[in-house]
Amino acid sequence: MGTRTQEFSAGAVAILPVLVATAPIALLFGTLAAAKGLSAFEIWLMSATVYAGALQFVAIDQWADPAPIGLLVFTALVVNVRHILMGASIGRAMTDFSGPARYASMFVLTDEGWAFAERRAREGSLTPAYYFGIGVSMCLVWTSGSLLGAVIGRGLGDPSAYGFNFAFSAVFICILVGFWSNWRTGAVLASSGAVSAMVYLLVPGAWYIIAGAFAGVGTAAALHVQGDDQKPDEHKTDGIMPS
Amino acid sequence: MSVDVNTLLAIVGMALATYLTRIAGLWLLQLANVGGRARSAMDALPPAVLMAVIAPTVLATGLAETIAAAITIVAAFRLPLLVAVATGVASVVVLRQLIG
Repeated sequence: MGTRTQEFSAGAVAILPVLVATAPIALLFGTLAAAKGLSAFEIWLMSATVYAGALQFVAIDQWADPAPIGLLVFTALVVNVRHILMGASIGRAMTDFSGPARYASMFVLTDEGWAFAERRAREGSLTPAYYFGIGVSMCLVWTSGSLLGAVIGRGLGDPSAYGFNFAFSAVFICILVGFWSNWRTGAVLASSGAVSAMVYLLVPGAWYIIAGAFAGVGTAAALHVQGDDQKPDEHKTDGIMPS
Repeated sequence: MSVDVNTLLAIVGMALATYLTRIAGLWLLQLANVGGRARSAMDALPPAVLMAVIAPTVLATGLAETIAAAITIVAAFRLPLLVAVATGVASVVVLRQLIG
């Protein structure tokens, strides 16, 4: 653990690969939102206050004039239910955070930022400076990228053609590998993955994350062995996740 | 600079709903005074959520994504994060060309 500045930059540097992949997605969001008739200011405002990539794409897809407020708010709750689980999980690692810092930190909670924060917590301790190094840099890229897209967008093409959308899955896979500790991790991942994929194929909406997470957590509870509730041994994963 | 009232209300509503889901986890945390079996379950939350997020892409999108995910897993065990991610993205682009 270094000084506050060192921790902040360490967080910003760690999240760099995600920033590279986020920039074109943010541009695309701005472009699509502008095509739906939102003004550049409205697009920037949405990115800065809602600040949730997956939801914003879904919302823009459903957008109409006048805006269907009830539908959009309900969609926000459904698409973001996963954040409840992420907040509960990372909240346990926020022992160094003051009360206000916790509430502020949740404002910049994203899937990717959360995953990097979990990795940091697993490797040692998560400081507020490191967390906000991740959060602030991602927020800057997302808001400025979507504003830029709104203003200059068009003709950017589809980022998925260049594999940018897969970058997020690749980042998650790399972080997931660091969580491996024993066969029980395998059982948790197998049940979570199988249930998530099944629900994704059968149920519309974003329920698959909740369903998969509960399956994984349920498996862990079922496999719990008395006296085995210390932290899973850390040394096994040393060196697997160079940072 | 144009701002439509309906649009503004929709954005504010979405922002509040989103923030609510983000802080609800902290409240949930205060309710769960964990030990034993519940502790094991909470410890499994990060990998379980991560897996649930990527499972549709990895298992239910296409052969190219599934193979690229497998390549990424192998790369993640041997290479630094940035290189492993780049390997994964490069392989999905190539595989999508090959498999369609």
